[in-house]
Amino acid sequence: MSDKKNFDRDSISNTLIVAIGLSLVCSIIVSSAAIVLKPVQAKNEDLFRKQIILDVAGLMEPGADVDALFASIDTRTVDLGSGAYADDADMEATVAIPDELDIAGIAQRAANIDVYLVTDNGRVDQVILPVYGKGLWSTMLGYLAVAPDGNTIRGLRFYSHGETPGLGDQMDKESWRAQVDGKKIYGDEGEPVIRVIKGLVPEGVTGTEHMLDGLAGATLTGNGITGLVQYWTGSHGFGPYLANFREGKTDE
Amino acid sequence: MSEARTVLIDPLVDNNPVTLQMLGICSALAVTTSLLPALLMCVALTSVAALAGAAISALRHRIPNNIRIIVHMTIIASLVILVDQLLKAYAFETSKQLSVFVGLIITNCIVLGRAEAFAMKNGVVMSFIDGLGNGLGYSIILIAVATLRELFGAGTLLGYPVFELASSGGWYEANGLMLLPPSAFFIIGLLIWGIRTWRKQQVEKPEYQIHEVHRTEVF
Repeated sequence: MSDKKNFDRDSISNTLIVAIGLSLVCSIIVSSAAIVLKPVQAKNEDLFRKQIILDVAGLMEPGADVDALFASIDTRTVDLGSGAYADDADMEATVAIPDELDIAGIAQRAANIDVYLVTDNGRVDQVILPVYGKGLWSTMLGYLAVAPDGNTIRGLRFYSHGETPGLGDQMDKESWRAQVDGKKIYGDEGEPVIRVIKGLVPEGVTGTEHMLDGLAGATLTGNGITGLVQYWTGSHGFGPYLANFREGKTDE
Repeated sequence: MSEARTVLIDPLVDNNPVTLQMLGICSALAVTTSLLPALLMCVALTSVAALAGAAISALRHRIPNNIRIIVHMTIIASLVILVDQLLKAYAFETSKQLSVFVGLIITNCIVLGRAEAFAMKNGVVMSFIDGLGNGLGYSIILIAVATLRELFGAGTLLGYPVFELASSGGWYEANGLMLLPPSAFFIIGLLIWGIRTWRKQQVEKPEYQIHEVHRTEVF
């Protein structure tokens, strides 16, 4: 024990030994945990994304096997510029978005993007498009399901966002997600006019098919949703593709 | 073992880290909108507090004074990253709701406070129990606050409906304020009031008293 008494823990050598030793031990623990758990985490992320796609398509059932359900969905790559399928396209290529068109606040997007086709008895029943854009605090990432007419929304659901809990995240609520079903994207001019309004959609007025319920206390999140849906369904987003999709030109 | 008992039980009410020491309030506001994330946060914080206490206590004769806070932070941060990685792997959906707050356990005053005040001066087993006790003290408050907030804010508990909501045809009009951070302040304030009415010895003495001036002193 006398050894311990004489031991000077404040000496420079001990300080260095403790600092370096501790850093080494901690970094080994942290990095090995990260490596060991990586496959499980990646699987979770992937499963969650698939689950959201199935959910937005209305195919998700509680307790169902996500991978088995997902096998029925056809993943295709779309060249957004031409609006046609381009299955061997370069997924890394990006396109800058001109400021005046950038209503989603994302500055650039990929040139070619995967979409998910849901078929029912051999006929394409809906297409699920990835959409994202700036909300109040965060980039909101989600999926938009569109019916074969290329105009009717079947569902809109976000899988990642950092909006205000209790206010902005009302878009994750069952009731808000349900009212999106059946809304129309495009107005008479062929431009996307769907938007999130303030308050609930009124009854007995014209144009309600283009209105989504507001998010009480989260107007800016609502504006973000308006922006991202209008951008991605607009002429610089999936507009050309949806036009082809509507006319059945994309079917082989 | 009675000392261990005291170390474990004392932080639950009599020396509660939240309601008496006023530590860890920030995360108590943030993660208590519903019960499930609050429970997960409690498990995360309690395990970090206990393990950090044990690890720091084991090293306490070697840790140089000048860098002791940095050493504490390094140990705590490593444990928190470990917990965060585990949550992402095995409790994925809830970990999404907890988002940054698991990471913020690193800066939680309870963990660092116990490391500095207790683990540096006591044995490994005692420090582990002390971390456990303080973590549980924090958990009691978090669970109480989260239960009230989820029940009155959303009419559910752990996601299961308890009150029929007016928006889906029931009788209960959800109290939106309960889902906002200020409501946690009110609830914690009321809890502190309740506990101090029950345990009078927790009431602090006023920091100063207005001196009664006698008429004769004025002249």
